[in-house]
Amino acid sequence: MMQVPDQHGRFGPFGGKYVPETLMNALIELEDAYNRYKDDPDFLAEVRYLLKQYSGRPTPLYYAERLSRHVGGPKIYLKREDLNHTGAHKINNTIGQAVLAKRMGKKKVIAETGAGQHGVASATVAALMGLECKVFMGEEDTKRQQLNVFRMKLLGAEVIPVMSGTRTLKDACNETLRYWVSNVNDTYYILGSATGPHPYPMMVRDFQRVIGLETRDQILEAEGRLPDAIIAAVGGGSNAIGMFHPFVGDAGVKLIGVEAAGRGVDTEEHAATMTKGRPGVFQGSMSYVLQDEGGQVLPAHSISAGLDYPGIGPEHSYLKDIKRAEYVPITDAEALEALKLLSRTEGIIPALESAHAVAQALKTGRSMKQDEILVINLSGRGDKDVESILKYEAEAEGGHQQ
Amino acid sequence: MSAAITTNAIDEVFARLKESGETALIPFMTMGDPDLETSVALVQAAEAAGAHMIELGIPYSDPLADGPVIQRASERALKNRISLTDCIGVASKAREKGVRMPFIIFTYFNPALQLGLERFFGLLQENGFSGAIIPDLPMEEDAETKEIADRHGIHLIPLVAPTSEARVERIASRASGFVYCVSSLGVTGERSSFHEGIGAFLATVRKAASVPICVGFGISSREQAESLAGQCDGVIVGSAIVRKVEESLPLLIADDADRKAEGIAAVRDFIAALKPQRVG
Ligand SMILES: Cc1ncc(COP(=O)(O)O)c(C=O)c1O
Repeated sequence: MMQVPDQHGRFGPFGGKYVPETLMNALIELEDAYNRYKDDPDFLAEVRYLLKQYSGRPTPLYYAERLSRHVGGPKIYLKREDLNHTGAHKINNTIGQAVLAKRMGKKKVIAETGAGQHGVASATVAALMGLECKVFMGEEDTKRQQLNVFRMKLLGAEVIPVMSGTRTLKDACNETLRYWVSNVNDTYYILGSATGPHPYPMMVRDFQRVIGLETRDQILEAEGRLPDAIIAAVGGGSNAIGMFHPFVGDAGVKLIGVEAAGRGVDTEEHAATMTKGRPGVFQGSMSYVLQDEGGQVLPAHSISAGLDYPGIGPEHSYLKDIKRAEYVPITDAEALEALKLLSRTEGIIPALESAHAVAQALKTGRSMKQDEILVINLSGRGDKDVESILKYEAEAEGGHQQ
Repeated sequence: MSAAITTNAIDEVFARLKESGETALIPFMTMGDPDLETSVALVQAAEAAGAHMIELGIPYSDPLADGPVIQRASERALKNRISLTDCIGVASKAREKGVRMPFIIFTYFNPALQLGLERFFGLLQENGFSGAIIPDLPMEEDAETKEIADRHGIHLIPLVAPTSEARVERIASRASGFVYCVSSLGVTGERSSFHEGIGAFLATVRKAASVPICVGFGISSREQAESLAGQCDGVIVGSAIVRKVEESLPLLIADDADRKAEGIAAVRDFIAALKPQRVG
């Protein structure tokens, strides 16, 4: 298989650097710095130390026996990214990028956030390393995720509500890029998913690969073989690519990305980029995008703020087109059912994002044999979502009564 | 067809201005704000105000190089589901009404890509455009686009920024039409001051470019335009004009023809007042 990305940041036809000229040198500087440090023993040692002693890695690969029995198919394992410091996989990436920012001599960092998880993870590492931090968050999301807004403030970050466009993650990304254009000389942009212009999709993937690398060792130790299928939720695609990447060369391991179908892929309220989108240029790279005929980007919808995004990382687009991974939609309602099921069978409340992966595992698992192995990437924990779930249920209740 | 194209209207205008010692005034307007018909009238008004060429901006859902004023204009236009081809149509309607200055399209890359690059540049050529500016298409990504633009006799006008540094040379030396110099770090929008090194920056671009150089992003007054006039061949004014359109909306959307004409005259007078006076 071809090594991707190539030197232009291309994953096949996807990826690249489609940004205003003002940012080009900043991206080139970032790429140079990353290439200089990515194999540097001191840099890697610092990242590894923080992942272990600060975030608590390695995260367990837990055999979910009761869930497995409930499904009645394969042995289901959960990669417990929810047990990371700050409650999701996002910290793997922010630790890597913050250590890089420090080496580059930057004292200020900015980040975009949807669910608030990446914002919290950025605010956390900024506090840890004494960096000034601004987080851009859609005004709609600041309402959906008040707890995370408060957390970021406690951590000393400034949260800037974004009032433009759809007031969700997509516009938070635009606003972060706009701010970066104006302050590019002294500010490092910690991008939170495997999206955006090169080198971000590659760099974020590399920092998230620790998920897949650990899983590989852990499943070999537990079962003496690789899993038959791996399932992960896909917003921009960082937890999924981190999990998938070390297995891409293993043809026997099925890779399944789960995107948010919201109220259904046949409605206008979903975030099913792969199912309903087509290739285009959005926020710095060529990839699948939810867009209308004229190339205007469409608003996305999902019960989970972290999947509520009309784009997806270029490497996923590539894996889809070469048919190495498949991407399937799960609705709000299915995700919520799965969240409750996992909570009751295993005592683990997953993030709404991760619940999409659990819901797909119920479907995929049904057609798998008992001696097969299925791994779910449990990207985060559900504490942050309790309020949205309450609200969703109240609305559904109201809907029934009408 | 392509071999027949020997002159481009942008080149002709700059040649003429060079003789007369004038600096080009290049307004920017968002098409379809508030509607297509008004856009045609505003383009006519810009020419009447003394504009030498004009940038016709395509509304886009994610205008990441633009500040709040142009973002709001985009949102207003998109409410009417204005498409790229509708906007191109404004140019041909303005021509029918006698507008003679060169047209430059300003669009983010995705709408052009979705239309198909061949079709996009074909339509530009058929509808009397002379140039295209695509702010999210840096030179690393523009090879195919530039080749197609050249074939249709459309100048693909590149941007350079104060942060371009070593890139200035490469960008400016392969530019056609003119080089669009971004006056300051940041998105479009009015500013009270420019990047501190603007003089040195423009001198660097001037040295590397074999085509005219124009300055944009943040120019909102005649004083600013005049302060730059000696160092460049043209000034581009966007947000200030789009803001004037926004302020004039109650008139521009009026059913009453007199009120509407009053709104258009207000924008025309605003543009006329921006025009740098001849220097030297
Ligand atoms: C727990 C969790 N999982 C998944 C995601 C989706 O992001 P990605 O696709 O980059 O992993 C998010 C984003 O906020 C998240 O918080």
